[in-house]
Amino acid sequence: MLKLPIYLDYSATTPVDPRVAERMIPYLVEKFGNPASRSHSFGWEAEAAVEEAREEVAKLVHADPKEIVWTSGATESNNLALKGAAQFYSGKGKHLVTVKTEHKAVLDTCRELERQGFTVTYLDVQENGLVDLAAFTAALRPDTTLASVMFVNNEIGVIQPIAEMGEICRSRGILLHVDAAQATGKVAIDLETLKVDLMSFSAHKTYGPKGVGALYVRRKPRVRLNAQMHGGGHERGFRSGTLPTHQIVGMGEAFRLARLEMGAENERIRMLRDRLLRGLSDIEEVYVNGDMEHRVPHNLNLSFAYVEGESLLMAIKDLAVSSGSACTSASLEPSYVLRALGRNDELAHSSIRFTLGRFTTEEEVDHAIRLLHDKISRLRELSPLWEMVQDGVDLNTVQWAAH
Amino acid sequence: MAYSVKVLDHYENPRNVGSFAKDEEGVATGMVGAPACGDVMKLQIKVGKGGVIEDAKFKTYGCGSAIASSSLVTEWVKGRTIDQAMDIRNTQIAEELALPPVKIHCSILAEDAIKAAVADYRKKHGEQA
Repeated sequence: MLKLPIYLDYSATTPVDPRVAERMIPYLVEKFGNPASRSHSFGWEAEAAVEEAREEVAKLVHADPKEIVWTSGATESNNLALKGAAQFYSGKGKHLVTVKTEHKAVLDTCRELERQGFTVTYLDVQENGLVDLAAFTAALRPDTTLASVMFVNNEIGVIQPIAEMGEICRSRGILLHVDAAQATGKVAIDLETLKVDLMSFSAHKTYGPKGVGALYVRRKPRVRLNAQMHGGGHERGFRSGTLPTHQIVGMGEAFRLARLEMGAENERIRMLRDRLLRGLSDIEEVYVNGDMEHRVPHNLNLSFAYVEGESLLMAIKDLAVSSGSACTSASLEPSYVLRALGRNDELAHSSIRFTLGRFTTEEEVDHAIRLLHDKISRLRELSPLWEMVQDGVDLNTVQWAAH
Repeated sequence: MAYSVKVLDHYENPRNVGSFAKDEEGVATGMVGAPACGDVMKLQIKVGKGGVIEDAKFKTYGCGSAIASSSLVTEWVKGRTIDQAMDIRNTQIAEELALPPVKIHCSILAEDAIKAAVADYRKKHGEQA
């Protein structure tokens, strides 16, 4: 039986896998010790669980467990990486490089660093959402200390050329930070070969709990950071604060399952995603946003031309998806990511992000296809833009009264 | 975002959707908004004897509140003279539909659409706006 609404917003968050939840619960009730308590078995038991989880997180990305620092999530990891490294290395230079399509947790942190006296270059992306390596290289300066590029984009799912960027940065002695919140369990990450110095992780995008994440801090060559959270000196001074054992256990188990299952899971999800795209491709004037080849299998971001995103979301309320247009958040601005791809306003206002995941079924995808066919044609019947285009009017020649 | 019952009703069952032929007798068209802003409203009125609006139709590209605002004004202008239609204020539309503050611009656009349609009618019929 089909259960409504259908969740197709796995890039916003994922449910905690029941196997993960089961592992977490004992650490809330019986095994409640503080992992920093050295004087009794409650503390030892919690510490052992934290270290086991640290190994699991490290294993998924081929890192040393000593390189993993627990945080409250990818936003905190991004803050710690960017502020921590920029401040520590400010004697060497005060220039940073990032990309316009980064998550706000990186962009807004960069804005804060600008207020602190740093200079930041925000790179454009190409029409397919990918960073051009020549442009990336050209942006690096003698006083650049850090570049920050996301592994997988949260809106359009494209995979940036991180390996190449790592080589470019390493050869110039510039640190590379990668926000991998949307990448774990979706793309293979090997920090033994990738020349990445700092990498941010989140648990809740990979079937773990919200409120926990990690930052990878490379040991060879050693990367140093100014701590942003001061206190008891937990996490070797990188991040003070009592460790949330149950959350950490959950993240460890979630990342262990991702490591074991991602191969088969990604193939299954790719088939569903391709089925969704095929099912919608007979609708006129549907455009895929972002490169289809360098893209995680979970993501499909489409623009339905001449239909406004928010009204479409309202029409397909049986589907839990998100609009690339941020209209729903009162800002009335179309998605900055889609604008960065050079999408015109109509298309940026008309985009829907579908993100599939572990519990998505074929039946759900088929229902979504049927619903979209119905609603798109209904909304186009309502759309004066669609009518004009059918009458052969080129909308770019129309003199609009912007308001 | 939660929509009011009235917005949902107009959105689910929009009144008077469609278009008149542009050259039809007594028809005037108001098109307001811009794709860049995420809203475009087309309101058409069909004016009969004595300047009474006999029929109205709309098409709207925009959010649910924009669709509801334009659907509502097609109902409100019918049976009014063009002068009376000009008295419809965005605040009345916003109140009727219980629009939240971020959606007030939808009601403003609907008021503008009426004004644009009336202006088009007066232009075609040689009257001063």
